[in-house]
Amino acid sequence: MWMLGPIGFTAPWLLLGLIVLPVLWLLLRAVPPAPVRRLFPGVVLLFGLKDEEHEADKTPWWLLLLRMLAVAAVIVGFAGPVLNPDRTQEGQGPLLILADGTWADAADWQRRIERIGVALDEAARAGRPAAVVSLTDLPEGPLPFQAAEAWTQRLPGLTPHPWAPSPEALAAWIKGWEPGSFDSLWLSDGLAHPGREDLLAALEARGTVRVFESPRPVAVLLPPLFKDGAIALTARRSRTAGAAEVTVSAQGPGPNGVEAELSRVTFGFEDGKSEASIDLSLPPELRNRITRFEIVGLRSAGAVSLTDDTLKRREVALIAGSEDREGLELLSPTHYLEQALAPTADLIHGTLGDVILANPDAIILADVATLAEGEAGPLLDWVERGGLLIRFAGPRLAASSVSRETEDPLMPVRLRVGGRSVGGAMSWGEPKALAPFPENSPFAGLPVPEDVTVTSQVMAQPDPQLSSRVIAELADGTPLVTRKEVGLGQVVLFHVTANAEWSTLPLSGLFVQMLERLAVSSRPQRPSSEELAGTTWVPEEVIDAFGRIKDAGTLPGIPGEELAVAEAGPATPPGLYAGEDRRLALNVAGAGIELTPTAWPARIVVEGLAVARTLPLKGWLLALALALLALDAVASLALGGRLRGARGLTTALMLGLLLPGLAGPARAQDAAADAFAIEATSRVVLAHVITGDKKLDDLAQAGLLGLSETLFARTSVEPGLPIGVDLETDELSFFPFLYWPISPDQKTPSSEAYAKLNRYLRAGGMILFDTRDGDVAGFGSSTPEGRKLKVLAAPLDIPPLEPIPADHVLTRTFYLLQDFPGRFQSRDVWVEAAPPDAEQVEGMPFRNLNDGVTPVVIGGNDWASAWAVDSRGAPLVPIGRGFAGERQREMAKRFGVNLIMHVLTGNYKSDQVHVPALLERLGQ
Amino acid sequence: MSPSADLRSGAEALAGGLPPLLAEAQQLASTVLLGEHGRRRAGVGSEFWQYRPAHGGDEARLIDWRRSARSDTQFVREREWQAAQSVMIWADGGQSMRFASEKGLPQKADRAALLAMASAVLLIRGGERVGLTRLGTPPRSGELQLLRIAESLSGAGEAAEYAAPSLRGLPAHARALFLSDFLGDPEALSQALTKAADRGVKGTLLMVLDPQEEAFPFDGRTVFESMGHTMRYETQKARDLKDRYLERLAERKDLLARLAARTGWQFSVHHTDSPAQGALLWLHGAIGGRV
Repeated sequence: MWMLGPIGFTAPWLLLGLIVLPVLWLLLRAVPPAPVRRLFPGVVLLFGLKDEEHEADKTPWWLLLLRMLAVAAVIVGFAGPVLNPDRTQEGQGPLLILADGTWADAADWQRRIERIGVALDEAARAGRPAAVVSLTDLPEGPLPFQAAEAWTQRLPGLTPHPWAPSPEALAAWIKGWEPGSFDSLWLSDGLAHPGREDLLAALEARGTVRVFESPRPVAVLLPPLFKDGAIALTARRSRTAGAAEVTVSAQGPGPNGVEAELSRVTFGFEDGKSEASIDLSLPPELRNRITRFEIVGLRSAGAVSLTDDTLKRREVALIAGSEDREGLELLSPTHYLEQALAPTADLIHGTLGDVILANPDAIILADVATLAEGEAGPLLDWVERGGLLIRFAGPRLAASSVSRETEDPLMPVRLRVGGRSVGGAMSWGEPKALAPFPENSPFAGLPVPEDVTVTSQVMAQPDPQLSSRVIAELADGTPLVTRKEVGLGQVVLFHVTANAEWSTLPLSGLFVQMLERLAVSSRPQRPSSEELAGTTWVPEEVIDAFGRIKDAGTLPGIPGEELAVAEAGPATPPGLYAGEDRRLALNVAGAGIELTPTAWPARIVVEGLAVARTLPLKGWLLALALALLALDAVASLALGGRLRGARGLTTALMLGLLLPGLAGPARAQDAAADAFAIEATSRVVLAHVITGDKKLDDLAQAGLLGLSETLFARTSVEPGLPIGVDLETDELSFFPFLYWPISPDQKTPSSEAYAKLNRYLRAGGMILFDTRDGDVAGFGSSTPEGRKLKVLAAPLDIPPLEPIPADHVLTRTFYLLQDFPGRFQSRDVWVEAAPPDAEQVEGMPFRNLNDGVTPVVIGGNDWASAWAVDSRGAPLVPIGRGFAGERQREMAKRFGVNLIMHVLTGNYKSDQVHVPALLERLGQ
Repeated sequence: MSPSADLRSGAEALAGGLPPLLAEAQQLASTVLLGEHGRRRAGVGSEFWQYRPAHGGDEARLIDWRRSARSDTQFVREREWQAAQSVMIWADGGQSMRFASEKGLPQKADRAALLAMASAVLLIRGGERVGLTRLGTPPRSGELQLLRIAESLSGAGEAAEYAAPSLRGLPAHARALFLSDFLGDPEALSQALTKAADRGVKGTLLMVLDPQEEAFPFDGRTVFESMGHTMRYETQKARDLKDRYLERLAERKDLLARLAARTGWQFSVHHTDSPAQGALLWLHGAIGGRV
């Protein structure tokens, strides 16, 4: 590769082509511009004249320059220029490529892989064997030198690990090297991990060492701490120069259970400071949902901090049996509980009924014996849904008859009458101490203090199940704490009081630890190994080096005492570990993590990631050449005077591109929809379905106009002008009533329109289907309209129908009617059927369907014709003959009035019908 | 269609086309004040010219006895020479005349037609017979002839790029007026003039040129086309041609002047950007033989 400043050329001999540029200049000059055509009668005088200077230099110099630049760009482009090319690493012999392979590498891992790839390619060209080793995943045995090509293929499988290299493993590995010299390329993650000095010395003893290191500082997020009601977030960085901003996002399941960002906060590192922190105050509901914090935009395990129980503040309800002894604080049944829980839990006070509604994590009943009738049921439900009920014994429980004969569902064991008292003035024997906790107990491993003694307790009835329910007992084997699973939850009984009356347990630290183990409270600090002794923790989720959360699969459990002191490593991968009822997070960046930047000796060559970004320029240069040629084309056209047509074309093209972007039509559509909505809702408006048959639609419009005028004249309903609705495009929900005349050849609505219609019917709308065939349709005969109606109504959500009964509310909403004539006088009018159990009260059934309004009325009497009036209010269609016909029209109008009243009043009219029966029911 | 209707429509068309040219020509002609009569010599005519003492050799019937009776000598009554002169006008109708370099300028053909018409008006007023070679008829006098001339001049020109002068219907010893740009073949003109001189015809050549043809203000790569698009000439550097073109134009003018001098004709150059009046005055004088 031939270098010219920071630019190298892969095919430098092509640059010789630049020599021809001056020749090209001359050639290009010779190309004349397009001639100007002129009409000139004197042309005859010109014949025979010769141009003295034939190579007329009419190509403007800038056009020439443009063309020259384009050609030069092509030549230079094909010469393969590369900005900041990778210099070959000189050297012979094997090449060892070391990658730290830690979480700190993960942020720019791809770049590192590329760098390793380049080094391997160079080694392959030079025929040097190579080995690629990740310090977090050291190979067994000797250094795995192989042909560099073999390593290139395995390169994509090289992944970083979310922990730091172990110094012991490094030392052992160095010892295992075979003799022989090799050069090394060390891709450092920028952190001074322990054992690094030794490794560097060992490498330098074998050959030259080059170091590749990203100048980007490493940043980590420390585990969040809960302090004074706020979450303290702390970020740390390896290099302190310059101010920087960090954005931390809190992730967790949202209300719908889907992982979402719950909160986000931005804070900044000050110049020269390696640590930045901020307090994040969140409501408990939100805070308890947070599963992890992460630095936004940093793909590294160090930027992710899983939260465990330390952030979760459980809601605990405290219910005491009696609060009447005013002033005796230390004797209060809940005093010690409050003291123990207040720092780590949110306490809820109130009556049992109220606190169950708040759905706390735990309810503690301190010496509550009997529960009210209405309380036991909900409390049991709550426990079965996963609640933790903790009961403390006391004088009342001992004196009550709860769980004596039969086991109370809310008590883990049956109790013997009376309880016992030991070590008191009136009893023999010493106060009893606690026995060590059994293995299967949640308290297993907790140290038992000598000074915890029990003087009184309630006694469990011996029972076959008793032994399995005891989780703590006294030295003499009597149960101290018993537990029973109820549904998803559990009931725990402390056989002593929650105050110091019966035992010294509440006075000891063990009490708090026991509550913790029961997951009543959670601790803000990481538990020590003593506290975790005897527990086993199974990883639930693990973090990979890139900060991605993965299911842990079947990783083995880890003893609690090891986990307490563990750092992220191969045996204890960072992640979330689950104990019995608690969760513990092991984060890459623990509270004590130190980010020491590497300090390489001056003799080591350190490459940076950013300073030497290899950038092939070929594509850019060729693109530049193309752009220049395009410019040249336009310029040539302009010079030749041929751009006039092209200009119009360009304008048209640009307009064509611009037009779809204009939102004008859409806005106009919105405005039209708004106008429609306003028109439809400013007054009560009757609507008819537009069938597409002009005559029919006009008649429907006239009919509804007549009905509207009738309503206006006779009732308090004052409708506006009727509206024809297009089922496909118009919103239906504005209309209480739709008149749908059926014609055999109307179009079947689309499925969207049917969905709209069904929504309309369910929401209380009414459709009056009119087949207009009352003269010919009858029992057993079907008309085209009737068949069409069946087709149209099939997808509709229509309830069972019945012929309108004589006592239907439609017969009496305004006028008392028995006939529903329109232009025809058929009696076949169908409405929603009454339910089979409709009650006959005084001969009138109670119907409580859809607010008492039938969603459809189906008939064939051509009501619109009978209602129809012209603009002067005169009837449009003759009905019947003479006075009888007028009477029929009047009845038709009365039916219309009844129908609209029925639609608009809902069950009010229905109730009015039943007022006598209702009054009788009320006993008046 | 009946002949009268034909006539009518023809007349309408004529009236539609003529008045502008005729009116313009008459307006132009009115600026030239004619004297009492143009001839001012004794000749055969109807108007009295003078009495002169009878010479020996005068026929007796020539003696005006009424005048002679009032004195002692005999007088002969001379009438003014009123034999009307025939003037034939050739206005070039070739394509090359349909050229105007700028919007405000008239085409060369228009200017030539205007000058021809104005001359015709003047001549007819002066009692001469005027004809147009294009009409193909002998020269006539009278207003009707004016209309005919106007109609012909307003009509479409010829298809040829450069028209050759025509001597059709030119009577011997008549006068001729050639209006053209004379950019066509000079040989044809030379022949025509020679033939005319043979017939004893004297006349006037008026070269009508556009100012652009005089100035040749072109530059750059140019394709020059004749007005009929049949001839073209391409040059890379029009500016270089200017001098040589102007030289050729001067040669052409020189040639025309020499031809005219040899045959006893008058020659002048008129540019369309200068007023037509000056040209008309010159023409009037030239035809009248006073130049």
